[in-house]
Amino acid sequence: MEPVHAIELRHITKRFGAKVVANDSIDLTIDRGEILSLLGENGSGKTTLMNMLSGIYLPDEGEILAEGRPVTIRSPGDAFAHGIGMIHQHYKLVEVFTAAENIALGLKGKGHDRKTVAAQVQAISDKYGFGIDPNKKVYDMSVSEKQTVEIVKVLYRGAEILILDEPTAVLTPQETERLFNILRAMKADGKAIVIITHKLHEVMSISDKVAVLRKGKYIGTVNTADTNPQKLTEMMVGHAVSLNIDRPQAKYKDLRLEVKGLNCRNGEGVSVLKDITFQAFGGEILGIAGIAGSGQKELLEAIAGLQKAESGHIFYYPPHPNSDIAGYHVPVDKAGEELVGKTPSQIRHVGVSLAFVPEDRLGMGLVGGMGMVDNMMLKTYKDTPGPFVDRKPPKELADRLIRELEIVTPGVATPVRRLSGGNVQKVLVGREIASTPTVLMTAYPVRGLDINSSYTIYRLLNEQKMKGVAVLLVGEDLDVLLELCDRILVLCGGQVSGVVDGPSATKEEVGLLMTRVGGGKEGAAHA
Amino acid sequence: MHEPHSPLLRLAKRDGMPRGQVWAIRLGSFAAALLISALIFLIMGHNPLGAFGTMVTGSLGKKTAIRQTVRIAIPLLGTALAIAPCFKMRFWNIGAEGQITAGAVGASYFALFWADKLPQVPLLIVMAVAGAICGGLWALIPAFFKARWGTNETLFTLMMNYIMIGVVKWLQGGPWEGRPGSQIIPQFDDAAVLPKVLGVHCGWIIVLILMVFMFVYMKYTKQGYEIAVIGESENTARYAGMNVGKIIMRTMFLSGAIAGLVGFIVSSGADNTLHAGVAAGVGFTAITVAWLAQLNPFAMVAISMLLAVLEKGASTLETQMAVPASISDIITGIFLFCMLGCEFFINYRLIVRGGHKEGAAQ
Amino acid sequence: MINQNAVLLLIMAAVLNGVPLLFGTLGEILSEKAGNLNLGVEGMMFTGGAMGLGAAFYYEAAGGTVGVVAVLLALLFAFLGGAVGALIYSFLTVTLRANQNVTGLALAIFGTGAGQFIGQYMRESSGGYVAVSNDLKAVFLNSPFPSALQQLPLVGPLLFGHSIFFYLGVLLAVGMYFFLSKSRPGLCLRAVGESPATADAAGIPVTRYKYLATVIGGGISAIGGMVYIMTIASCVWNHEALSGEGWLAVALVIFCLWRPLNAIWGSILFGALMILYQRLHLAFIPDELYKILPYVVTVVVLILTSLRNSKDKQPPNALGLAYFREDR
Repeated sequence: MEPVHAIELRHITKRFGAKVVANDSIDLTIDRGEILSLLGENGSGKTTLMNMLSGIYLPDEGEILAEGRPVTIRSPGDAFAHGIGMIHQHYKLVEVFTAAENIALGLKGKGHDRKTVAAQVQAISDKYGFGIDPNKKVYDMSVSEKQTVEIVKVLYRGAEILILDEPTAVLTPQETERLFNILRAMKADGKAIVIITHKLHEVMSISDKVAVLRKGKYIGTVNTADTNPQKLTEMMVGHAVSLNIDRPQAKYKDLRLEVKGLNCRNGEGVSVLKDITFQAFGGEILGIAGIAGSGQKELLEAIAGLQKAESGHIFYYPPHPNSDIAGYHVPVDKAGEELVGKTPSQIRHVGVSLAFVPEDRLGMGLVGGMGMVDNMMLKTYKDTPGPFVDRKPPKELADRLIRELEIVTPGVATPVRRLSGGNVQKVLVGREIASTPTVLMTAYPVRGLDINSSYTIYRLLNEQKMKGVAVLLVGEDLDVLLELCDRILVLCGGQVSGVVDGPSATKEEVGLLMTRVGGGKEGAAHA
Repeated sequence: MHEPHSPLLRLAKRDGMPRGQVWAIRLGSFAAALLISALIFLIMGHNPLGAFGTMVTGSLGKKTAIRQTVRIAIPLLGTALAIAPCFKMRFWNIGAEGQITAGAVGASYFALFWADKLPQVPLLIVMAVAGAICGGLWALIPAFFKARWGTNETLFTLMMNYIMIGVVKWLQGGPWEGRPGSQIIPQFDDAAVLPKVLGVHCGWIIVLILMVFMFVYMKYTKQGYEIAVIGESENTARYAGMNVGKIIMRTMFLSGAIAGLVGFIVSSGADNTLHAGVAAGVGFTAITVAWLAQLNPFAMVAISMLLAVLEKGASTLETQMAVPASISDIITGIFLFCMLGCEFFINYRLIVRGGHKEGAAQ
Repeated sequence: MINQNAVLLLIMAAVLNGVPLLFGTLGEILSEKAGNLNLGVEGMMFTGGAMGLGAAFYYEAAGGTVGVVAVLLALLFAFLGGAVGALIYSFLTVTLRANQNVTGLALAIFGTGAGQFIGQYMRESSGGYVAVSNDLKAVFLNSPFPSALQQLPLVGPLLFGHSIFFYLGVLLAVGMYFFLSKSRPGLCLRAVGESPATADAAGIPVTRYKYLATVIGGGISAIGGMVYIMTIASCVWNHEALSGEGWLAVALVIFCLWRPLNAIWGSILFGALMILYQRLHLAFIPDELYKILPYVVTVVVLILTSLRNSKDKQPPNALGLAYFREDR
């Protein structure tokens, strides 16, 4: 007799529109007491597949078996009834509710009054080692606490099968380790766990089995013990890929930016940058690491003039007169031009350029509803005299970028929102590079990109570095930062907790700096 | 229908429907509105065809009728044009009612107290400028708080309407009252009345100029570009170095100024005086005009004319068939509902289970 | 010393003027808690006023004499009038995902027209004047409590001297408070208004909640219109007096920070502000400027809440937004 799987998917197909096949006849089994990694690049259909288990989508074809019996999952409620609980990448929590209210939300039947919920939440917390205050409001919680609430919510509903969508994306290495310990405890408890991810090292460290999807198709399942990152990448991408990122040496390496004692407060008066001091050089990629919300965004914004500095200095030094990038911008004081107090447009004219890719990819750098032409002139529309916009130069630039970066778009007037993620990011980074910057600041430029597109972006950044540009790169993936950057500045709670050397630093070292200023043993870890 | 419990019908977004189909759907909604209105006439015991006939001849049948219809359409069009940039910016200005009234107050001040000091043309220009400035300043107040502290503009501008109307009521019975106890502000001096062109006060020329101005402003100017960027994403605008607060205030001032100009046109051209009902709901109706026209100035002409025909036609119904004039609001409402609803069929696609399965990616 | 009697009269009049607002506001709170900003309150109150008056008038015209039945019929028909309007609104905004602001305004236009139409129609079909008997008027206007209670010094009128609708309104507010903050369906409703995607993922039928809250809310708001016509306007169709009530109710929702219990004292305060000019005449403030006080106060509250930026005092997070599950 065949063993009964907790969940078995047979020939599941899901289409979006006439052309997009998100999942193409996928077979997959999920077993108890096991952690399965669902691996694939962005857009490979991992989340869509799991959304059909959690009741967000209905499959167009195929069947789902739970404990060997065919089931129809029409809603999240149905999913819970079959013991399936999913923790989405964007947490589904009501901010103004307490943890307990969120946990009991939508439950029917008796026994979900305040006391019982609190008691049960306590019991679950004790069992797996969560620390959770049932009466804390969600808006007062850190990212990792919110995730905990999501997990408890699912467990409270009696989930035996837990699906976690990119659970580590916003966690520090230490928080990730804590999460993994909890997952292992659940596995020991006989639960089936699926984590959706594209991070290979996590796959290797946590999972028992790996199922790989590529472009909506099921490629296969392997035991983690029998595979390695190189093999998994080949399964994901479909061909051999070099996982090495180049770190070439530039010809000119000269001081470009000098930040001294910079302090900033946000709109609510909270101090977000404290006494920041560092230097950035042309011909170098300076990585900026830190837990989400440690001041990365504010630092870049302050340099770009978008965030008002409370005190401190930002000195800008022009590039070497012989370098490729000299002479494009307004001349500045060679002994250091003060940027604090200048407007964003003045700073841009000096040669400082910012490409920020936010979570939704569009919200900051690009206007989703506008075509490429209108997006090209986003920062330059004011440079021409008169009240009217001149759409000719941006049109030419758009055509040039499409040619040079091989951007796939139906036309320069097509709203960029309709382009794929990789193309959107090429438009954004391409536009910044087109302004021949001397300082290129970019945050999360490979967010959500597949491996090939990511490498295109890395190549573009390296090209800029070779030209003598000072590249400041805020990244999420420490492995990438360590391979790509010459030096890494680590931020913690708005302070510089250390600067490490790219080629020699270790992930643990950076991870420690992310949670404690100076990386010492003193001081509390960031919640 | 899109609920998980009833997967018989599913919904999906769609991009870019062919133009012909879009217009077919819009025409369909128009027909549906006519049908529903016909039903109402039937219930009331009137012949629907006769009623519609009366409405059309009553509003467009004679020169004088057309003139009156155009007179109704002028403030609607002008105010819809005023609202357009705000809505493009996703700033929900529903305070046009108050801004019109404020503009009328500004214009009336000069009409009442400067008519003897200035000749007609300069007086009218001064009135127009005063109306625009008053409307603009009135709109600037909620804009300032929105820009500075993010105060909810929908509710703020709504409240501002009633405050300004209250102020006019006070003027009516107080400092600007004509005959003591009349609660009425005296009629303007002839010099303060907009001259007629082709039988209608020349406000229609002003709003047509405004229409072209607004089209060019939104499409080809830097300021129009800024408005469009902010409407899409304030963060992007900020990243592009735009001063979002300043642009919000500037745009609201412009919007209020145009509404104020409409207030001047109505008080000087149509009413020849100032009263609390000077805006007469135009500020609200114009929002639906602007929205249904999808902020396209030329489409606004058609829609404001349609609503004007409904209103004028209904008042003819009242005199000829003894139907209460409020039928015009009912029919206007029905047309608005149908036209609002039809956009759904342009933007979404219904999928019947078992049928051809189609949808759009996320 | 302040004239005790004058203060008492002021309070009584404030309550009388506040009750229609109380209903209008409570209905709108329910709707907004589900994320639907229904700006059509004015229209629904008009329809409710006309339908409620019609119910009482035709009941009496048909020979009905039982006051309680007339009140119940007026309540029912007013509720139905508002509910139908809100149903149109829900269909357009929830199912067809039309813009809430614009749809609400369209409903305001439609509803005021419909109310006006019904009022005019009744007047014309009954020979120019719609009025109910004085006995019936008294049933609507007077206190339901025995006169012995009402005649107690001070507390008599204060506690027992109001129309039946005041007590109904207070009961409704208290009931809504318990429903919204203590009951599980109430929690679900708030979740729908705060974050429909979250509610959906938790298995809450978002569409059903939005429809129910908006339709019931619309009905409740419309009762406010009926109460106005049947008490303050003494059972005569008077659209001029009624106009503005609905917008004031929308303002009051903000003023009481979406909390039903605040609506009780808030509506009485607004009622007081509305009639203060009649009772407390100050020479240096003209009456008409007095009358705009409720709006000014609302603006001030609006500004203060945005200044303080407290997370607990904000509008429902998804207010005004359409929800489509596959939009993420």
